[in-house]
Amino acid sequence: MDTTQIITAFLSVGLIGAVLGAVLAYASKVFHVEVDPKVEKIGEILPQANCGACAYAGCADYADAVVSKGADITLCSPGGQEVIDQIAEILGTNAEAGKAMVAYCACNGTKENAKDRFEYYGPESCSSAVFISGGHKACDYGCLGFGECVEACSFGAMYMDDNGLPVVIDEKCVGCGACVRACPKDVMKMMPKDSKVYIACNSKAKGKEVSDACKVGCIGCKICAMPKTTPSGAIKMEGDLPVINFDIADNLVAAKFKCPKDCFEDKGDAEKTTEEIAKEKADFKAVEAEKTAAAKKAALEKAAAAKAAKEAEA
Amino acid sequence: MDFSHLIVIAVSSIFINNFVLGRFLGICPFIGVSKKLDSALGMGMAVIFVMTLASTVTFLIQTYVLVPFELEYLRTIAFILVIASLVQFIEMFMKKNMPSLYQSLGVFLPLITTNCAVLGVAILNIDDIALIGQHFNFIESVWNGFTAGIGFTIALLLMAGIRERLELADVPESLKGTPITFISASLIAVAFLGFSGMSIM
Repeated sequence: MDTTQIITAFLSVGLIGAVLGAVLAYASKVFHVEVDPKVEKIGEILPQANCGACAYAGCADYADAVVSKGADITLCSPGGQEVIDQIAEILGTNAEAGKAMVAYCACNGTKENAKDRFEYYGPESCSSAVFISGGHKACDYGCLGFGECVEACSFGAMYMDDNGLPVVIDEKCVGCGACVRACPKDVMKMMPKDSKVYIACNSKAKGKEVSDACKVGCIGCKICAMPKTTPSGAIKMEGDLPVINFDIADNLVAAKFKCPKDCFEDKGDAEKTTEEIAKEKADFKAVEAEKTAAAKKAALEKAAAAKAAKEAEA
Repeated sequence: MDFSHLIVIAVSSIFINNFVLGRFLGICPFIGVSKKLDSALGMGMAVIFVMTLASTVTFLIQTYVLVPFELEYLRTIAFILVIASLVQFIEMFMKKNMPSLYQSLGVFLPLITTNCAVLGVAILNIDDIALIGQHFNFIESVWNGFTAGIGFTIALLLMAGIRERLELADVPESLKGTPITFISASLIAVAFLGFSGMSIM
């Protein structure tokens, strides 16, 4: 073996490498661009496998998408829970310092409650079912029950119950909103963790249509939105569907018990027995009835007094 | 230069010897970045860009550095060095001066700087004498790099389109995810094998 050959090889490759390295080092100074420090931090946390499991072009691209485009923080499957928590921490310090939110399902259309328009035999996913005239449910706004939201949840905070509706486990829900984005029917919604009462219906249809399709759908009677029922004004009608403003919602018991369709769900009810709930409702009804009776009596007395006064005048 | 050579090279590198489905080079980005159509397109554009560029520089390096100094045996390592640094340089340049182009394909560049498909096209440009019966000249090399990139993009887009549908398909439990992706990829490769019967010269 000729030694000069080894030396030539060594020198030439070394030379090419040194020249290119110097050029790159210089270029990195000349072409330096400032990057959001959060992007760099998240980039460091990610596994750097550039595997593409998140459907972005690589870890750096995903880090950028999380910060600037609000991409889902739960997409990195190699990183798992640890990475998700760390990203949430970085973003959370200034992005989501507000109220802790949890997801809830704004539909109570169980297999029993809600009728089907037709039988659906396609792929078992909500986004497929929704292509066929908006889904098999007779209600245009209700849950289709294939659990795409449950699949979207990376925290194991959801499951499908026996009635074909998703259930959110509040203790595990971190409020990432992945299920809200996954639902093609916009049935999944967010509410503050400390609020208890929500409306379990999403139907914006007219009363007759709703009651034809579902036993427990909101018919838009507006009773809950009346100032007499909810003096705080926390419930407002948006078309034919009431919407709770969770910021000022304090006591929605009246709305809950007055709803003729029982659309209101109370998380507090989970700890009580059915009898207790029934008793609560009966008590509320009794107080209401007393109030109405008293009001009626007062009105009658007033009328009688007025009559008496008129007679006396005459 | 014979114009028909360019047509032969194009048909060959896009269909008959498709880099992914015929030569099985660049499988990593083929599986990795084929989940969504738009990122597949971005990756494809980046590959076309890098392959064209790599063909250009490596041909020049081969002709004006390696051959005169009789260093052909250092071809692989020299090519890797040159391609990687060039792509890194272009990336930095684009980030500073062409942010919009960097946004659309720059993010894919680091993924493919030393990709085997890119190195493959550089080496084949010099080794492949069977296709047109002689060595490629400069223009033919660049053209081969460009069309190989197009072939790669076609394979990637086909795969992305299929995978977007696979998401919704009713796949047996044990084949869900990567296994069914590999099976689909092999079926496309089998289909592309049909082109190898074509006689183009």
